[in-house]
Amino acid sequence: MYETDQYEGMLAETTTVRGHGGDLINAYIAKPMGPGPHPSVVLIHHMPGWDEWYREATRKFAHHGYVAISPNLYFRAGHGAPDDVAAKVRADGGAPDDQVVGDVEGAMQHLRSLPYVNGKVGVIGTCSGGRNTVLAASCVKGFSAAVDCWGGRVVMSEADLTPAQPVAPIDYTEDLSCPLLGLFGEDDDSPTPEQVAIHERELKKHGKDYEFHMYPNAGHGFFYYHRPSYRQEQALDGWARIFAFFEKHLAA
Amino acid sequence: MCTMIVEKAQISGTGKGAKGWFPVSQVNVSFDHPANAPLDHALNIDFVNEAQGPGARVAVELSPESGQELVRAILVALERGGSHLAQPST
Repeated sequence: MYETDQYEGMLAETTTVRGHGGDLINAYIAKPMGPGPHPSVVLIHHMPGWDEWYREATRKFAHHGYVAISPNLYFRAGHGAPDDVAAKVRADGGAPDDQVVGDVEGAMQHLRSLPYVNGKVGVIGTCSGGRNTVLAASCVKGFSAAVDCWGGRVVMSEADLTPAQPVAPIDYTEDLSCPLLGLFGEDDDSPTPEQVAIHERELKKHGKDYEFHMYPNAGHGFFYYHRPSYRQEQALDGWARIFAFFEKHLAA
Repeated sequence: MCTMIVEKAQISGTGKGAKGWFPVSQVNVSFDHPANAPLDHALNIDFVNEAQGPGARVAVELSPESGQELVRAILVALERGGSHLAQPST
């Protein structure tokens, strides 16, 4: 953590990265000033889109010493206000899983190409971004730590599968390639505590390195200070666990 | 997306968005997290014109009870409109 007499600065801006299929997509990157080497993180945005909360979260990681990047997973849906773009993607059944994984991998490779990154890349997401974190950490090699914040639809029934989401992320558990931190709320209905328990059993079965925390008196999206779902105590504890987890796994 | 519940219908009419009136050609009805309404899940109704881009949207986010009331009101209004429906528009 920083001290009051230390210098701090960051550069935060939009940039472009190569995503799925070699497509150029835009991304928001925040990097601490200084030569590094810094650990790094890919932030996978949630269903409401590539919005202000995710830009704030990206800068939060830079404040804590990480080079952080949040790719715009809805780039191909066109441009406008984040909620308008997200509404279009929602109507189209969500961004396809393979496209999301490709875009997240592209963001990770972008971080790896930077001379001031220490070679360690984490991945984190909330809501659908939590689901996509599990997916990416399972389908792509190269992440050193992953944080799933209340990702729904990791556990899916046959009826839940769609052309855009043809495989439940839990079915890739054997391929999970890095330690996983999961933060969940007892009052959430996606994922339910029962679904989290199913996921946990699968992680145990495959001998994976994971750490799950189920918070009482919290539902879906308890980090979102601008929503009624915000739970101050649980959110502060959750952020502390995230930074401790990344410090453990991403420090040089 | 967290529920993936979405229904679409092709429609004909106009809607008033941030930049004024525009033709609406599709309505997307979902039950999922709202962007603004203070609810975990909402009935989200988007009247859109895809040809004009994501910004061509008139959006409402309603509680489930409000959605039921909306449906009731629409059906009553259409029923009272009665024979007018059979007449060609002018």
